Amino acid sequence: MSDLEVPLGATHRRLGARMVPFAGYMMPLQYTSIRDEHDAVRHRAGLFDVSHMGEVSVSGPGAQDYLQHLITNDVSKLTAGRALYSVMCHEDGGIVDDLLVYRDQEGYMCVINAARHDADLDWMRGQLPSSGVELLDQSAETCLLALQGPLALEILEPLVEGGKLSDLRYYHHRPGTVAGIEVRLSRTGYTGEDGFELYGPASRAEELWTSIQQRGGQYGLVPAGLGARDTLRLEAGLRLYGQDIDDQIDPITAGLGWVVKPGKGDFIGRETLLSIAEAPTRAFVGLQLGPRQIARPHHEIFDGGEQVGVVTSGSFGFTVETGIAMGYVDLAAAVLGREFQIRIRRDPEQSAAATVVPLPFYRRPIG
Amino acid sequence: MSELTGYRFSKTHEWVRLQDDGEALVGITDHAQAQLGDVIFLELPAVGASLEAGSRLGAVESVKAASDLYSPLSGEVTAVNAAAASAPEVVNQDPYEGGWLIRVRLSGEVPQELMDSDAYEAYAEADQH
Repeated sequence: MSDLEVPLGATHRRLGARMVPFAGYMMPLQYTSIRDEHDAVRHRAGLFDVSHMGEVSVSGPGAQDYLQHLITNDVSKLTAGRALYSVMCHEDGGIVDDLLVYRDQEGYMCVINAARHDADLDWMRGQLPSSGVELLDQSAETCLLALQGPLALEILEPLVEGGKLSDLRYYHHRPGTVAGIEVRLSRTGYTGEDGFELYGPASRAEELWTSIQQRGGQYGLVPAGLGARDTLRLEAGLRLYGQDIDDQIDPITAGLGWVVKPGKGDFIGRETLLSIAEAPTRAFVGLQLGPRQIARPHHEIFDGGEQVGVVTSGSFGFTVETGIAMGYVDLAAAVLGREFQIRIRRDPEQSAAATVVPLPFYRRPIG
Repeated sequence: MSELTGYRFSKTHEWVRLQDDGEALVGITDHAQAQLGDVIFLELPAVGASLEAGSRLGAVESVKAASDLYSPLSGEVTAVNAAAASAPEVVNQDPYEGGWLIRVRLSGEVPQELMDSDAYEAYAEADQH
């Protein structure tokens, strides 16, 4: 299968992006350098095209009950105008995908990972009741731009008609018009910074992108690619599906127990997750390495001669200025301050010392 | 790539440029830095180390991967680019000049099998697919 083009593909190429295949799409990895784009998002702002993400609307009188059964978080608390992070699991607790659920007056919209689009839709359709719920895949006609960074609000505010953007709180959303284009404005992101995600019609992605870019130029806004998105989300301790979580990992073990709400009633995987929570065997931890040491997915974590875990994500943290990683270790080893050796080279003698530290590695300054 | 006269290239994407004093500078190619992405740090040999053509001389660690470097020629290391070692982004920004890695006093001729820029360009192009 050849890789699909996102609506802004030509724009990215014109901006000099290095395009790479990702989740079935040709996506911008970087425009200038990952470090520059990472720094811009931390100190000014960056504009990401993440239109490869999937959007599935869930509507009908049975929509709430359907989602309550499908996902682990509690949809009954989700009022119109709010967003909810969750996972959906198999009966054995393995994560089908992590997702964002938006509640509107009319219904819900689920935002899913591009790499899981087909598997998710199969799964979601398989869980449908005989009537009362309608799923609509809107991925192809929806573009998603993420404007992230401390100056995101200042950049976007004057482009928005109707209502002050500063009143939109974290994990809230509302319809709005940006540069004459109707979008869903959401105060969410995947970078650890303040920012917004804008869902609009794919047919107008170019206008949306250009208007934000032009307005942001004077603020030092830069286009940012998947490379920076990955180093930013790692510093923020955010899991990536396919690396940190997958269908062999349950949300309890992944440290996502806060999105599992057994008190809400029955849902897929509830019994298994309850028993895992009683006696977990592994834990998801943050690991800090030296400034010249970089752990990669699949690198083994040792405590002396014994393997206690494995790295799932690792890179250099440009803001924290050291090597950082996340991964799974045996529960008994998951103690803050414990020091391990990560086999970053074939030669065990060249293992990197790594200390268990709290997640996230980076927290944005308040105010 | 006409500006790259005087450069010779290895199949492992290192370049060599002979200096007026007969010593050679060694670096990695623009193709290599683009493939690697942001270079985070360099592992380079010490001054005085002896190198053999084709043997491992160090490594480049980037956001994406750690890659071994191979010596394109035999000789002794006479200098290491301290500026690149402390700020390795110069390898991405200026791979053929400011991003040189080591300086080598050759113990023989520049190996025949090193490519000229036209041959390397064709080789790197093919490598991409």
